[in-house]
Amino acid sequence: MGDESIIRKVVVPNRQGLHARPANMFVKVALQYQSQVEITRDGLKVSGKSILDVMTLAAEQGTELTIIVTGPDAETAADALVDVVKRFIEEDDEENET
Amino acid sequence: MRVFQGIAVSPGVAIAKAMVVDDQQPRVTRRFISRANVDAELKRLASAMDLVAEQIQASQDEVATELGDQYGAIFSAHLQMVRDEKLNESLIDSIRYRHYTAEYAVSQSFARYIQFFERVPNPFLRERAGDFRDIEQRLLNVLFGADAKRKLAAKQPSIVIAHDLTPSEMANLDRVNIRGIVTEVGGPGSHSAIVAEALELPAVVGVGAHLREIQTDTTLIIDGHQGRVIVQPDEETIARYEKEVEQQRQTKIKLRGLRDLPAVTTDGETITLMANIEFPHEADACIERGASGVGLYRTEFLYLGQDSEPTEEDHYQVYSKVIRDMQGSPIVIRTLDLGADKIFGDEHPPEQNPFLGLRSIRLSLRNTDQFRRQLRAILRASVLGNVSVMFPLVSTLHELRQAKMLLSDLMEDLEEQSIAFNRDLKVGIMVEVPSSVVMLDRFAQEIDFISIGTNDLVQYTLAVDRNNPDVATLYNSCDPAVLRLIQMAVDSAHEGNIGVTLCGQMGGNPVYTMLLIGMGLRSLSVTPSAIPEIKQICRTVSAQKCRELATRVRDMDNAWEIKRLLREHLRQLFPDDA
Repeated sequence: MGDESIIRKVVVPNRQGLHARPANMFVKVALQYQSQVEITRDGLKVSGKSILDVMTLAAEQGTELTIIVTGPDAETAADALVDVVKRFIEEDDEENET
Repeated sequence: MRVFQGIAVSPGVAIAKAMVVDDQQPRVTRRFISRANVDAELKRLASAMDLVAEQIQASQDEVATELGDQYGAIFSAHLQMVRDEKLNESLIDSIRYRHYTAEYAVSQSFARYIQFFERVPNPFLRERAGDFRDIEQRLLNVLFGADAKRKLAAKQPSIVIAHDLTPSEMANLDRVNIRGIVTEVGGPGSHSAIVAEALELPAVVGVGAHLREIQTDTTLIIDGHQGRVIVQPDEETIARYEKEVEQQRQTKIKLRGLRDLPAVTTDGETITLMANIEFPHEADACIERGASGVGLYRTEFLYLGQDSEPTEEDHYQVYSKVIRDMQGSPIVIRTLDLGADKIFGDEHPPEQNPFLGLRSIRLSLRNTDQFRRQLRAILRASVLGNVSVMFPLVSTLHELRQAKMLLSDLMEDLEEQSIAFNRDLKVGIMVEVPSSVVMLDRFAQEIDFISIGTNDLVQYTLAVDRNNPDVATLYNSCDPAVLRLIQMAVDSAHEGNIGVTLCGQMGGNPVYTMLLIGMGLRSLSVTPSAIPEIKQICRTVSAQKCRELATRVRDMDNAWEIKRLLREHLRQLFPDDA
């Protein structure tokens, strides 16, 4: 496995945007991988392993994020990270249910 | 009379005296330390960070138990923030290279984030400035040695007036006397607003700087529907709002009437809904919500925050209060469940694997003097009502037999001393370890009931510590292995003809209710506030449909798919709410 970067684009799906709880979910997943994780939004690039960095993206619903993963487990990490962003939408569900 | 308009974030009306909470944010002046003190200052910072992480963890556990996981998640994010590498690096650099004091380094670093979020246009994301303020305040309080928990206690029915309240302050509100909340800043997305709603406290936020004009003890009306705060209302206004308060009371009574209805499925299966409580005063909440009893009475609070161990009399007094308050409903007292994340005192050296270490029943069997005091008090209280005793974290038959032997010794002692107790006191275990599920047919011959504690069962089945951020995402109550173990426990209990209840957060989460009924559970013990909702589900479904759902789930092997299916079924049940 080489150390090429995997680049994935994903749109923030949930109503409340990338606030503290979703940012926490994202970082928890990112920290499980060895690869370096970066997120860019409109030219702004931050670390995907720092909740403070991720929150300062101030990404609202509909914002397109680019996730850049570099390292030995980049492929699986990128899949997992895209998946976790998609799961933010379930947050909205949960608020409706409870 | 003056009327201030703010944002209505939690409905309801309250008339009470103002309690102005000063913003006691410690003021941080720019000071420097000498080169020689750098290492000491770094140490001070590190231990403050650790302590704050512990405090946040405690808040998370408290809030998650009382209000549910989604509220506890607020603090999980805070914990992640405290552990953030970038934050820690920047703090360490400020101390090491700029020779700032730890306080100044903290206030500098946080000011950047707070200012950033205050300027974000999206109102929901703008609220996040409050999260940073909360953590900053905790850190500064610890560094300044101030009282870490600003307990908002009130002697009379009061409405809290504050510039802002942090999530931690919200978690520590006096539940008895505080009737409403007014803050100068904040919006509908603020955590204070979310928590106020969960606590059913009327709240108005974003009133602006006017609140300085309000004095403590001034009469106030807070209208959580219209977002109004009325200061020194005239007689007529008071009369008008008193009518509304009365109406509110009536609605509550109606709701309570609804709560008095049995939790029976549409095809006639009765589900017993009991409550998990920790503090004696929570018995009121149980009665108000129509709980059929206390399925889990935690006793750790007697030990935490105390300088000395509780006496037999201390135990007896609190048990008898709850027994009296519950008016004959069954009460299951769980013996001390300390250790791992909840430690009493610090005489015990830190363990490498606390969750696999000396905790719960293991700790009790090691400290038999203390254990005897608790058991004696339970025995003495057993004549006052419908009491059972439950041992936590039992993993072998040997442990159960040891605990039961102590119990029968104490019975003999009491008999000799002619002290009354209930000889037929029911004895149960909390099933939280896979080994006890596997051996349950044997356990069933020696006990009267079990309660499935899902929080720990999930942890031990999947070998995941959910407080460890690196693996917490692997913690999943929907995991097929967990569901199989629960099914095994339910089946063994039925075959062994003993009672089975499920307690733990899974029971209080509406997503799982249908599945649990379908798996054969007929008794759940949940946080009191969850009872009406769970009851509503029980009264809307048929046990037959639940069984079909459980059968479908049994064929699935993916936790996410299972959860999706359960959510879908819940939505079908209440299409209007979705």
